[in-house]
Amino acid sequence: MNRPSPAGRPFRRLYRDRDDRVVAGVAAGIAEHLRVSPLVVRVIFIGLLFGSGFGALLYVAFWAVLPVRPPAGEGEPPRRSNGLQRAALVALALGAVALQFQLRPSFSVDSALVALAVVVALGAGVIWHQTDPLRRRAAATADPSVSGAAERLRVAALVEEPPDRRWFLLRVAGGGLLIIVGIVGILGFLAPGRITLSTMAVGLLFALIALVGLVLAMAPILWRIMGQLREERVARIREQERAEVAAIVHDQVLHTLALIQRSATDPSSVMRLARGQERSLRGWLYGPVGSPNERFAAALEQVAAEVENAYGLNVETVVVGDAGHDERVAAVVAATREALVNAARHAGVSTVSLYAEVEGDALTVFVRDRGAGFEMSTIDSDRHGISGSIIGRMQRHGGVARIRSTPGEGTEVELSIRLVTPAVPGEAAGAGPQTVTVPGEPGLGNTGRQ
Amino acid sequence: MTGSTGEASAPLRVYLVDDHAMFRAGVRAELRAQPGAAGSPDIDVVGEAGTVAEAIAGITALRPDVVLLDVHMPDGGGRAVLDAVRRTLPEVRFLALSVSDAAEDVIGLIRGGARGYVTKTISPEQLADAVRRVADDDAVFSPRLAGFVLDAFARPDVPVADPELDQLTNREREVLRLLARGYAYKEIAKELYISIKTVETHVSNVLRKLQVSNRYELSRWAADRRLV
Repeated sequence: MNRPSPAGRPFRRLYRDRDDRVVAGVAAGIAEHLRVSPLVVRVIFIGLLFGSGFGALLYVAFWAVLPVRPPAGEGEPPRRSNGLQRAALVALALGAVALQFQLRPSFSVDSALVALAVVVALGAGVIWHQTDPLRRRAAATADPSVSGAAERLRVAALVEEPPDRRWFLLRVAGGGLLIIVGIVGILGFLAPGRITLSTMAVGLLFALIALVGLVLAMAPILWRIMGQLREERVARIREQERAEVAAIVHDQVLHTLALIQRSATDPSSVMRLARGQERSLRGWLYGPVGSPNERFAAALEQVAAEVENAYGLNVETVVVGDAGHDERVAAVVAATREALVNAARHAGVSTVSLYAEVEGDALTVFVRDRGAGFEMSTIDSDRHGISGSIIGRMQRHGGVARIRSTPGEGTEVELSIRLVTPAVPGEAAGAGPQTVTVPGEPGLGNTGRQ
Repeated sequence: MTGSTGEASAPLRVYLVDDHAMFRAGVRAELRAQPGAAGSPDIDVVGEAGTVAEAIAGITALRPDVVLLDVHMPDGGGRAVLDAVRRTLPEVRFLALSVSDAAEDVIGLIRGGARGYVTKTISPEQLADAVRRVADDDAVFSPRLAGFVLDAFARPDVPVADPELDQLTNREREVLRLLARGYAYKEIAKELYISIKTVETHVSNVLRKLQVSNRYELSRWAADRRLV
């Protein structure tokens, strides 16, 4: 996540760049920060090796304190550095070290001290990096204003349990060992002669005992701090969820209830408000069925909702199976809408049944009301909606519309069509073999471009 | 099959289980006001409960003919009541009543032993009708439940373990389809040129299959929701 600073310029921090690394990405990170070529920084580091290996110390120190740059985006392939260049750089560094020994064959105290300091820094870095994800999480917790923090937090809470406790302990122990070895070594060099192998062993033992004592003393505190962090995180997630529920209740439900109270004398608008709210809450609770532009079932539900909303009607929708969306499906959905609108306008009922079924490549829709009904012979003269928008539309797309109506008993409109795209086996049918449509086949509509 | 013959005069004894007192009051008033076949009310609400524990105690003590059971309640819901009394009181019929249209709720209650499922938006006449039907040992399917069943028993891609239980006959499928299209039993009978009794038999058979079939989709539904 490359979050831009308020001024619009990307926020620049010094990171290690693991994607473009030779050793640990320190040089690449510094180079990116300074906007110079990584090669320049690398050569400078190698040059600094001549100062008793000072370059190595500097490098390790940077490695220990610099955080890894967070990935810029999902799916971005990691950049690989040039293998040849890498080999050349490693050879150059080795050459520098060898040359130094060549120049000063006598055992140099400086370079040994630097080497030991490098060992200490390495150990510290290993331990330091173990705490890194924790620090990042704490930072995210402390800064809820960052957009998307809630999501990140939730994901972090779900995913980011310590991946492997044993690995973690092993690394911390290894880092500690490196630090101890380095410090003992430095002491040995600073006080030559006074420290023998046996006194060193005794010293080490004491150091170890002291360390164990320290760990024992600190463990409960550390444990409590970690527990508090965890609790805080959980509490914050709960708070986020509560806020989301509160937003829904406040923005929608309370508003709808207020409107219902104001229009209490008008049953049809009360009905409309209640149905609309119900639909919205259901969608929120059970999740959306899919995009109306992509799925037949979702498109049908949307049309039913629109008609319910516009005419204060109750559409009892049942959909069995589902299919992708194309021109034919769109035609069926449009004709369904027309049939629903007709029922709302002319049948004089409060409930209409809508049943749709996708079985194999056959798509069938029934719209039924128990309303006024009409004489079939009057269709052509005064029911233009039926002849044009339903029968004609279905015929144009190679489908059939059948209408049965009996005055006083109700009307049923049946729409059926053959799908070009194969039916999606409903969630019940699992992953069965599917026919693949060939893009560019005539009459496919927009299916080839999905 | 036994209820309607000898005791036509005695009203049906109904027990309400729902955690919303207002809803219980509404249903009670509506059911008592419904005129039966003879013109006088034939449904009596003999008791009601707002919690699972109350419901179990009340049903065991009163042994009603039909229990109207809410799916969602704070302390376990209709499923807990069903599990507690279904074994000991096999003669009590349950009709699930819910605001939820979620497939897992519907299927869960049916597989728990309920003989039908209707949503709370049902009209008083239809509810009374459903109660009578369940008391008569028939099944009650809302259009949505019929749709779910058609979906769950859709095209058998994989060979089923027990065709007797795991598949619907063509006739059963036709009946369900008409139910989903909003047809009443009487209208289905007329449409298919069969008697109402035959329609009832088909629906009852579907209910039995729904309750005992181990079809993959049903067991997966149940396993996903840890229902069975």
